[in-house]
Amino acid sequence: MTHADPIGVLTGAHFLDGDHAACEGAICAGARFSAGYPITPSTEVVERFSHRAPKIGATFIQMEDELAASIAILGAVWGGVKAFTVTSGPGFSLMMEHIGYAVMTETPCVFIDVQRGGPSTGLPTLPAQADMMQVKWGSHGDYEIIALCPNSPQECFDLTIKAFNLSEKYRVPVFVMMDEVVGHMTEKVVIPRAEEIEVEPRHFTNKDKSSFQLYAPVGEEQTPEMAKAGDGYKVHVTGLTHDERGYPNMTPAVQERMVKRLVTKIRDNAEKICITEQHDVEGADVVVVSYGITSRVAQRAVEMARAKGLKVGTLRLITAWPFPDHVIRAIAPKVKGFVVAELNLGQMVREVERSAAGKCRVALVGHAGGTVHKPEEILKAIEEVAR
Amino acid sequence: MARGSVSIVVERCKACGFCVEFCPSKVLALSDAFNSKGYHPPHAVNPDKCSGCDLCGMYCPDFAIHGYRPGKADVVDAAEKEKEAE
Amino acid sequence: MSTPICIQKAPDNPVESFLRTDRMPHIWCPGCGIGTTVNCFTRALIDSKTDLDKLSIVSGIGCTGRVAGYVNLDSFHTTHGRAIPFATGLKLASPEMTVVVYSGDGDLFAIGGNHLIHAARRNVDIKVICVNNLTYAMTGGQTGPATPLDVITATAPYGTYDPAFNLPYLVEAAGAVYVARWTTFHVKQLAKSMAEMFKKKGFCFIEVVSPCPTLYQRRNKMGDALDTMKFYKEVSKTKHGTPTSEVGLTKSGEIIVGKFVDRERPDFETMMKAHLEASLGDKYIPAEVPTCS
Repeated sequence: MTHADPIGVLTGAHFLDGDHAACEGAICAGARFSAGYPITPSTEVVERFSHRAPKIGATFIQMEDELAASIAILGAVWGGVKAFTVTSGPGFSLMMEHIGYAVMTETPCVFIDVQRGGPSTGLPTLPAQADMMQVKWGSHGDYEIIALCPNSPQECFDLTIKAFNLSEKYRVPVFVMMDEVVGHMTEKVVIPRAEEIEVEPRHFTNKDKSSFQLYAPVGEEQTPEMAKAGDGYKVHVTGLTHDERGYPNMTPAVQERMVKRLVTKIRDNAEKICITEQHDVEGADVVVVSYGITSRVAQRAVEMARAKGLKVGTLRLITAWPFPDHVIRAIAPKVKGFVVAELNLGQMVREVERSAAGKCRVALVGHAGGTVHKPEEILKAIEEVAR
Repeated sequence: MARGSVSIVVERCKACGFCVEFCPSKVLALSDAFNSKGYHPPHAVNPDKCSGCDLCGMYCPDFAIHGYRPGKADVVDAAEKEKEAE
Repeated sequence: MSTPICIQKAPDNPVESFLRTDRMPHIWCPGCGIGTTVNCFTRALIDSKTDLDKLSIVSGIGCTGRVAGYVNLDSFHTTHGRAIPFATGLKLASPEMTVVVYSGDGDLFAIGGNHLIHAARRNVDIKVICVNNLTYAMTGGQTGPATPLDVITATAPYGTYDPAFNLPYLVEAAGAVYVARWTTFHVKQLAKSMAEMFKKKGFCFIEVVSPCPTLYQRRNKMGDALDTMKFYKEVSKTKHGTPTSEVGLTKSGEIIVGKFVDRERPDFETMMKAHLEASLGDKYIPAEVPTCS
């Protein structure tokens, strides 16, 4: 771990919206390249970056579409810099192929999805949380990613830094799943001093050119070391199934070895990667599970429920993926049930159901999107499950 | 003596015929021999005409042949070689 | 001095040091022209004295896309149609690199068409080698944007009825500063063009017309690869500077080859830096070349 380069760090207290805060988070984390394509409600992230970049030694380019943006950042990463892009629903769908390519080539990078109503063009200026399954399963094939869900502009800043750090540690694309409300709400954001911001540097190899293998796993994280173009390593990077040298080797044996490693490097480290925030779970009858903006509405509903004497705990998913199975499994036998509130018609609730494995009730408070829940809707479900 | 020579990697050849056709000195022809894939690789039928221009090498899609002009260091005087052996 | 009779050892084929020999033999068919273009590429790299540590090759998907996997350079085999935007990101992050895009007609002009025209418009400093075998070869020889009229393909069993793009015309119109076309018969000229291109700043493009004997030529009863090479020799006319509007290809007509466009225009990075410096003065901090840290 090192610390943020002071050149990009605007230390101090700011009044920023989530989009702007996420941009500052990326800069503090060391991002020095972004390729973007405008899409509401994410555009401000890269608009701000286009302002900031030339003053901090970074490069911004607006590409011709999301397909180009999502792969230009990967090219920049192999050129040696930290890079990210931002988008929303329709653009996210376009980026799926390159998300798979980033996973397959183990290219560290960050994608920010400021979720809006869908499907298709949907509600460009209004919130939803309906890309939560897509972020995990949207590209083809077997793979694992990491996704973080901020619930405030401050968290948009903090979790974007975390996203970059996790991406370098595990050589995997990491997603910041914001939503239109968190992206466009303005709150106090405190940016610490550069030396207080922990930044994971890229794990460039020190091995000599004859022995280094770009896809040979090392360490506890079972993640290979990185290299970049121009240093004489003559790297070969391909989306075809490949061996430890990176050479295409399209056989079942290599497929098994390679895909399993891509998946296990995240699954085996899930308990280290997962971040949740739990309150009053001990002794609770009902635990409300939520993430992103919905967690703030859920908080209100839980206060209302406690005022009525109900024993309610909260479990906030700060990482949605890998899903914290182990947390749900530990709580399920001890409660009457979970209430899952999300701004979609049932996505993360399926993970809760799966992990609870029938040991307790799981109730969904869904919503088609366009605005946030009313606390009363969540309260009603809490009362129902608590009965 | 020929100014040049060709070196052929028999196992790589797929007998496309480019080298035979485009050699400006008509040095090559496809042989009757087979490589392990069943192709007839070329051989030099007019080796004395070879200029070492390496057009064959530039045409070959399989990297199976190239022409070269031996430098002085590559050429050994037979009589001197015998002397060294003694 | 007595007549020398023995050659100690043959020097290596110049292409050999450029190959990932542990991956030979390659997958290309007998008579496929792609390997021929690789010979020209390596000669061009040698002749232009390009620093090979600072050269990256980016390819898309298709038979030509496989070049990236066979050359011993920093090589990136990316997604279908997206080699150019990947190359754009790589070049902007690492401007001291020479970035070559090596891909095929379908990859660059159909799915990749949008990226091609924008990179040419921006004049991104990348060198594009487009091997045009007039078809989607890897997937079995389907119609592509460069397939001429009246040609039989896997998806046009009764013959094509939409005309091909004129590749040099399109690329020139989009803004390329260097546009040339050769065929795989023109090995010397192609190598020379490639070497010229490596030294020129801006979006440079070379189309190389190449046989696909297994699919294109076979379906159209045009003979084998050698027949095709002889055909190229017979119908090609070298006419440097021909207006690109006049160089479109047809099923069996004249192939105009040569250097069509060689002009000067500041490249994207130069424009970006000049503009930002003019706007921001000493507040402008250009991006540093990344080091391993």
